[in-house]
Amino acid sequence: MDFDLSEEQRLLKDSVERLMLESYGFDERGKYRSEHMGFSEAMWARYAELGLLALPFSEEYGGFGGGAVEAMIVMEAFGKALILEPYFATVVLAGGILRHGASEAQKTELIPAIAAGRMKLAFAYAEPQSRYDLFDIETQARKDGDGWILNGTKGLVLHGAVADKIIVSVRTAGRSRDKDGIALFLVDGNVPGLVRRGYSTQDGLWAAEMTLNNVRVKADNVIGNPADAYPVIARVADEAIAALCAEAIGCFAAMQTITLDYLKTRKQFGATLGSFQVLQHRAVDMFIELEQSCSMAMYATMMARENGTMERERAISAAKAQIGESARLIGTQSIQLHGGVGMTMEYRIGHYFKHITMIDTLFGDADYHLHRLAVLGSIIRENA
Amino acid sequence: MDLGFTEDELAFRDEVRAFFRAAVPADIREKLLAGAHPSKDDMVRWTRILAAKGWGVPHWPAEYGGTGWSPVKQYIYVEEMSQTPAPAPLPFGVNMVGPVIYTFGNEDQKKRFLPRILTLEDWWCQGFSEPGAGSDLASVKTRAVRDGDHYIVNGQKTWTTLAQFADWIFCLVRTDPAAKKQQGISFLLIDMRSCGITVRPIQTLDGGYEVNEVFFDDVRVPVENRVGEENRGWDYAKFLLGNERFNIAGVGISKERICRIMDLASRVRFGGERLIDQADFRKKVAAVEVRLKALEITQLRVLANESKRQKGTQDPASSILKIKGAEIQQATSELLMNVVGPYALPYQSEEDFERRNEPPIGPDWAATIAPAYFNMRKVSIYGGSDEIQKNIIAKVVLGL
Repeated sequence: MDFDLSEEQRLLKDSVERLMLESYGFDERGKYRSEHMGFSEAMWARYAELGLLALPFSEEYGGFGGGAVEAMIVMEAFGKALILEPYFATVVLAGGILRHGASEAQKTELIPAIAAGRMKLAFAYAEPQSRYDLFDIETQARKDGDGWILNGTKGLVLHGAVADKIIVSVRTAGRSRDKDGIALFLVDGNVPGLVRRGYSTQDGLWAAEMTLNNVRVKADNVIGNPADAYPVIARVADEAIAALCAEAIGCFAAMQTITLDYLKTRKQFGATLGSFQVLQHRAVDMFIELEQSCSMAMYATMMARENGTMERERAISAAKAQIGESARLIGTQSIQLHGGVGMTMEYRIGHYFKHITMIDTLFGDADYHLHRLAVLGSIIRENA
Repeated sequence: MDLGFTEDELAFRDEVRAFFRAAVPADIREKLLAGAHPSKDDMVRWTRILAAKGWGVPHWPAEYGGTGWSPVKQYIYVEEMSQTPAPAPLPFGVNMVGPVIYTFGNEDQKKRFLPRILTLEDWWCQGFSEPGAGSDLASVKTRAVRDGDHYIVNGQKTWTTLAQFADWIFCLVRTDPAAKKQQGISFLLIDMRSCGITVRPIQTLDGGYEVNEVFFDDVRVPVENRVGEENRGWDYAKFLLGNERFNIAGVGISKERICRIMDLASRVRFGGERLIDQADFRKKVAAVEVRLKALEITQLRVLANESKRQKGTQDPASSILKIKGAEIQQATSELLMNVVGPYALPYQSEEDFERRNEPPIGPDWAATIAPAYFNMRKVSIYGGSDEIQKNIIAKVVLGL
């Protein structure tokens, strides 16, 4: 048992945190958001310089071979700063699909471009009817010569409108909720027949709805087995959840700090708010949730790369359920403890509240994951 | 970063687990599985089995009988013991007064008391709380007045757990009423057979007799039974209260309860199917499991930090363990109420249950469940209530 970071991991943590401290204050974030893409291209280039975009990929493709702990370190720091750039979409989601599913040729072509900051990707996994079931896919792929033709609708594609390429989950066989007969295709953002409708999300990030109308894809743009890609999707989703848990605890920690600062400085009735016991105890409730969430984010990080599917899924569901519950408590209490100023867009705390609330809706909310855990068995009783 | 135990720790866990499974007398294990309390004789038998193995007081220094295990191994030991389940050793001796005696006591006291704690020849109880000193413990009023080489003790203690079995009581008494309230307190060891001591049992919500009032009426206590210096008792009490680290969260206890809940829920049928197969019930269990898993890892994080902390200082984060541990223990007792359903209703005391010749009313596992639910309310009250723990976190950790 060891909760410490290695020397290299500490250096990584220091350098990401320093970058965030220097360049990602609340005011700067506001400016980045009003840029053309809705985030900062300059920051994206900085991430590339620091090697963050290459982090999880293996050395042979120009990556750094970073594991789950490195992903946790970066996502936690990004959560604290509430970054806008498509790191999660490009590196965690699409990057995960490439790592687990792509061919040598595909990796050799794409990973160096991602690492250098030249290419942004998105992963279109959801559809309007699918809610949190990643296998619920109606978008169809039909064989056409040695290529494929895709038709259907994908929804809630994170950073889908700005992505250079999009990985799309599609059905090649079976019925709409079968786990078999699912394929992954790599599609160019400007391919004929693809219509992207971009929009802002509640928390100030970006997503898109997409329709695919007879989109032609060449055979070499199939990722993995075109009849059996679901295991790759499930695996990447579990890694993505671990990353979201890390991002969330970054947010929680920032919210705790901001709220404590406020309690220590704001005065009413001639005393600081922090001197009132009822408010102290609420701050303690937030702190307890933060610590419990940190524990579960670590657990998710350790288990995300487990090969035993059942054990991994149980752990990941438990972590996401904890994070979702904590998000509700920490989010609502931090607003309440701020009073009126917590309600305003010009103050930081509410932006965090909105982001952690949206994290709960990604890849299954607390309720969904409690249900999944209940179906999968027990994380407490051995051999259950 | 690695949340798993090392090879060595896993081997240790297997060894401890195998020992507990073989060594706990079957009748005692049955009692605990059923949620009943071990008797005095059960406690003595079990403590002597542990002592014979050399595992009675793992956390004590080796010279007094400790094993020299790392904090992680001590934690594994406690966890495995609760999950077996086996009775936890009586805390008043091994976790409370024992460490005070070997840390602050003189050589005579160490020789006289420590070996008898190990084998439970002396049953200790804790004389801290008073009618006017609950959460505000430093306002104890029980007086000890010096009379030659004795103190004359007058006053009253309350919530004294298992005092009905006790040979000795360790007490906070006021020796200097003029001093500031924390500064006039001394730590006395008092023989329960002394003249002038009266024990009155208090019946608690579960119908059982766990706690007592203890009255002191001109009780003569030899000065040699004072631990450490006069008027420094508050320091020793703080040390004692900060010493509970491996069991404060009760992770093993709650794990054992989760297993029990699942076993019973697979026996109970409701609406044509087993309770354990019902989605909303499983989801309720899963919600508790999530909190318990988080608590387990938080506990391990606190333990891992321990080696970096100054010896004898407590991680204020352990207040989290107390609060969450209590919440989860209470939640498991609520889930058991869900499992038992309508047969929570009949009251059958543990004594009735043991003596009875006729079959029990309802399922044979039902009788202890409602009492345990009522009884579990205590865990968020004793040992520093939730609110006191929150005050500690607010002040020490959050700086409010």
